[in-house]
Amino acid sequence: MYLGRVIGRVWSTVKDPALAAQRLLLVQPLTPEGKPTGKRLVVTDAMGAGAGELVYWSKGKESSFPFLPAEVPTEMTIVGIVDSVNVDRSTC
Amino acid sequence: MLIARVIGDVTATHKHPSHEGQKLLLVQPLELDLTTPRGDAVIAVDAVDAGLGDRVLLVTEGYSAMTSVNRPDSPIDMAVLGVIDSVELLPTPPVASPEK
Repeated sequence: MYLGRVIGRVWSTVKDPALAAQRLLLVQPLTPEGKPTGKRLVVTDAMGAGAGELVYWSKGKESSFPFLPAEVPTEMTIVGIVDSVNVDRSTC
Repeated sequence: MLIARVIGDVTATHKHPSHEGQKLLLVQPLELDLTTPRGDAVIAVDAVDAGLGDRVLLVTEGYSAMTSVNRPDSPIDMAVLGVIDSVELLPTPPVASPEK
């Protein structure tokens, strides 16, 4: 799974019917230290995440499983809202 | 699978039910020198009770990750499957000469 922050929302009227009920959010991937890394992404949301929240998402076919039995054509879905991140790289 | 190091953990109260009771580790994938970071750190479910600083085996594919924690059909795409004791890297083999 990947760590990131919700930075926006995407609206789409004409889309695959299986995506009709889905909220599309924009996320910025972050390092554990909170630094932006990589490009911003569009993800679906299984947790009701809100603007500015720290979240983690899964990628691939697995990201459609929270919506079962619906077969949602997504490749990234927010599956958790992060309370805290503990990082200690001193052992590296 | 990748070799990675446990650099921390993530706590989340509001998460997918299949993640309840699972430890979410922050792991940094490593190059084969076992120190240089290889890409960004990721979040993986812990299947072996790994600890901070451990060198671990990381799977980054759903089926193996879900199976390792016995949670089929759940949105888990990465898991820590083992703690690595040692890695033996053979010397780079010489380039084979073309057959005459």
